[in-house]
Parts: sequence; structure tokens; C-alpha cells
Amino acid sequence: MKSPMPAEREPRHTAKPPSPTTAWFSHHLYVFFFSLGQIARTPLPSLMTAAVIGIALALPTGLYLLLENVQDISRDWGGAAQISLFLNKNLTETQVHKLAEQLLQRPDISTIRIITPAEALEEYRTLSGFGEALSALKENPLPPVLVVQPAIPQTDFTAGEAVLDSLSQLKEVEVAQFDMLWLKRLYAMIEIVRRGIGILATLLSLAVLLVIGNTIRLSIYNRREEIEIYKLVGATDAFIRRPFLYIGFWYGLSGGLIAWLLVNLSFWLLQAPVKKLTALYYSQFELVTLDLFSSTVLLLTGALLGLAGASLAVGYHLKDIQPR
Amino acid sequence: MITFNQVSKRYPGGHQALNQVSLHIKRGEMAFLTGHSGAGKTTLLRLIALIERNTSGQIVVNGQNLSRLPTEYIPYLRRRIGMTFQEHRLLFDRTVFDNVALPLVIAGYRHQEIRRRVRAALDKVGLLNKEKSYPITLSGGQQQRVGIARAVVNKPPILLADEPTGNLDPHLAKEIMNLFLQFNQVGVTVLIASHALGLIKSMGHRTLILQQGNLIGDTYPRR
Repeated sequence: MKSPMPAEREPRHTAKPPSPTTAWFSHHLYVFFFSLGQIARTPLPSLMTAAVIGIALALPTGLYLLLENVQDISRDWGGAAQISLFLNKNLTETQVHKLAEQLLQRPDISTIRIITPAEALEEYRTLSGFGEALSALKENPLPPVLVVQPAIPQTDFTAGEAVLDSLSQLKEVEVAQFDMLWLKRLYAMIEIVRRGIGILATLLSLAVLLVIGNTIRLSIYNRREEIEIYKLVGATDAFIRRPFLYIGFWYGLSGGLIAWLLVNLSFWLLQAPVKKLTALYYSQFELVTLDLFSSTVLLLTGALLGLAGASLAVGYHLKDIQPR
Repeated sequence: MITFNQVSKRYPGGHQALNQVSLHIKRGEMAFLTGHSGAGKTTLLRLIALIERNTSGQIVVNGQNLSRLPTEYIPYLRRRIGMTFQEHRLLFDRTVFDNVALPLVIAGYRHQEIRRRVRAALDKVGLLNKEKSYPITLSGGQQQRVGIARAVVNKPPILLADEPTGNLDPHLAKEIMNLFLQFNQVGVTVLIASHALGLIKSMGHRTLILQQGNLIGDTYPRR
């Protein structure tokens, strides 16, 4: 009774289902387009969801681009961290030249400009407005100056600091200082802003995750009956999960696309006034916009966030639904 | 094919739906399950498809011990069991064709194969002309037949039916029962839960009688 007889007929299994991989692949392909169709069937709510995601992604992206531009400008202005060496006043012009040549041999120095006391006085006379008072001076009170451009990366202030230190040890040098302390401060500020944008981006990514998770959750509960029936006729969890994951993917991707459009539109709007401003500074400044790489990263981030949000929601809520 | 050994089911909340039920249904057999509503007929069917798990005892279906079947294998068990429901459980936003195709889509059949099999199943239940209709436009009897087509389209070795003739007039009910009989004649093990005693008697098959969760009768018709 208990053991099934080997000769027992089983006439109802003629055509075998296709191999699991073929079935898996064709279902993926099917769901890929089916889920897109499902989103398209409710265009307005879908668009609104995608727009929320888009704005959330556009904000950190736009700020980041703005920061890139600020950095770009400061790079143009900066010539980075120049060091001014105020030399001993008693040095003769030949000694100054000799020192400059010596220093140029050093690998950590790329260029040196010499400002003689006479040049300095002339410059001061024209710029300061104390021309008359200066004429009253019997002798030139200004020291010769060497403007040193260290051969180091622009933002590497520790290396700059080391060069400054070693130069100030020289006996001919009275005072050595960075010309562009303000630049250092600017970079420090940029670092803070960058960190801030990082935090903002993390928070907004979390928001995107929640928005998509919630959208998927609603969609799961709207289709509760359907899911139960699927389970009753033998659908695996993976099968049921798949369309929801793809919907999340599409939401994320379209959100990324909207973010891309928003950022590009904003920068297009900024282009003209920025041109006007930089023209006043005789600058060749070009506004940095989203290049191919960052565009790809943006779209990919959107899609991945969508997928992650959906998989969180599906993993959590699908377990609740068991057929009645 | 289906063996129950001292099977009990107690719902959370204390209701004892089945009490120490033992039975065996052979491969290729057709049997009816009867009793008043609330006697445990639906519960018994649901235990076979693992829509619910029994609290004690042992159930073996098609050589598989259900108590030891991990949850992730349940879908594959259900693919080998065709089941129809009292309230039909059809997808109302899909056509009749799509409803019947569902088990095949899930199992990953090719498009042409699905088409062929769905049409064959619909032809069998006499609804081939309705394949593009939506279930809502069909009568109760027709919806039941769509459910039957869906249950058999995958050619499962076991067919379970829960009150398939629920609200149908006697003539339609008889037609539905004959449909099940035809499936049984090609080798499917069929178990039908129904309280239509007269109809069951006229079919002349083994009948299991449940009363308040106890199996109180197991009768074979005298021929």
C-alpha cells in the first residue's frame, strides 16, 4: 500500500517544463517590460513618485557640482600656495640673485620671482596711495622679496608647510609666510561643505529608499489578492518578488533621470549670469557640468537605491501575505 | 497518493478543526469528502496543499512527508496539486486565458506551449470561446470551470476541489462533477469536498464523512 509501485502509470507528464535557467531568463525579460508597462499604466502617480526621488537626488548632485566649480575657480586664482620670503635688508642684489638660483636647484621649488626693494617700493607707491609720504623717506625701508612657488600639489598643505619651514630656516630669510592664507582657509571651508554635502546626500538617499519602499509596500498591499493566488498555484517567493524589484528599479532610474534633467536645467540657467560675472574678472572660467561619468554614476545610484528600497519593502511585507 | 496518519489541526484560538484523522487515498482514485459546514472539509484539503500545516500527525502526499517539507519547497508541491476553490480565486483584471495560463507562466513554459495547453484546458471545460473574456462577465458556473481549467492546465497528478458545485443548479452541478470524473478517468487522483449528498451518492464513488473534525465514515458504493 505504502510504497508507490514502479510500474504505476503516470500518463499526465508528457511535456517537461523548460530548463530552470531558460525559464528564469525569459521571466526576467518578461517582467522587465511588464513592470515598465505597469508604471506607465498609472502615469501621474508614477511620475510624482519619480519626481520626489529626482528632487532628492538632484539636491546633493547640484550642490556637489557647485562645489566643484568653486574649487575650479579658486584653482584658477590661486596659483595655490605661494610662499613669500622677506629677506635680510642688508643683502645685495647679487646675493639675492645667488640665493634665488640656489633655491631653484631644490626639487620642491618650481619657480621663483624676485622683487627688489625698489620694485616693491614702486608697487607700494602706486597701490597704497601713500605716495607723498613715501617720498619723504630718506631710504627704502622695504626688504628684497622672493616669491617662491613650491613644486607640490595645490591642496597639499602639509607638504607646503614643510617647504615653508625649511625655507624659514635659511639665514638670509627674515620672515617666510604663505601668500595665500585665505586660500588655505577657503579649502578648509570647502572641506567642511563637502562633508556637509556628504551627510545631506546620505540623508536624502535614505529618503529615496523610504519613498520607494513605501511605494512598493502600497503596491504590494494593493495586489494582495493577486499575490495570494500566485502562491496558491505554486509561485515561488522569488517569482512574486521579481516584478516589485523591477518596479523599484524603474522608479529609481527614472528618478535619476529627472535629477539629471533638473541639475542640467539649473546649470543652464546659471550659465549666462556666471559668464557675465567671470567676464568682469577677465577669467576664462568654464562652468563644470555633469560629464558622462558623473551622469552614469547619478543614474546608477538612482537605480540601485530603487532596487534596494524595493527589496527591503518586499522582503519585509511579502512574508505577511499567505494565502487564505 | 494521499495518506493521513492521526492528523489533527488546531487553530490558534483553540478551535479543533480536525481530530486524529487517518485515511488513505490511492493513486488514480476518486473520492468525495462530505459533512456539514465547519466539519473540517476545507481544512483537510488545505493541509494537503500546505496552505496550512497540521498541528500533529503525519501527512504523506505523492511520497512526500509534508511535515518535513521546508517552506521553500511548498511552491513545487502546489505545482503538482491542482486545486479549485469555493470562491474561485480568479484574477479579475486578467482575461480567462491569462488566468488559466498562470500555473504555466509560473512554471516557466514557453509561449507556444502555454497557448496550446491553455486552449486544450479551456476546450475541455467548454469555455474556449471565452478565452478573451474577463471573469467578471462570466456566470458562477463558468467561473468555476475557469478555476478547474486553471487547476488541470499543469496536468497535476492530484486534483482537489473545494465545494465545486456550491451555488450551481443541479444540472450544472452534475456537469461539473462529470468533468472531474473525466479527469479521474485519465489517471488523476481526485478529492472533492462537497455537502451535496444527493449528488455525491449519484456519482457512485468512495465517500469520506467528517463530523466536527472527526472522520466518522468511509463508504464505498456497493456495485
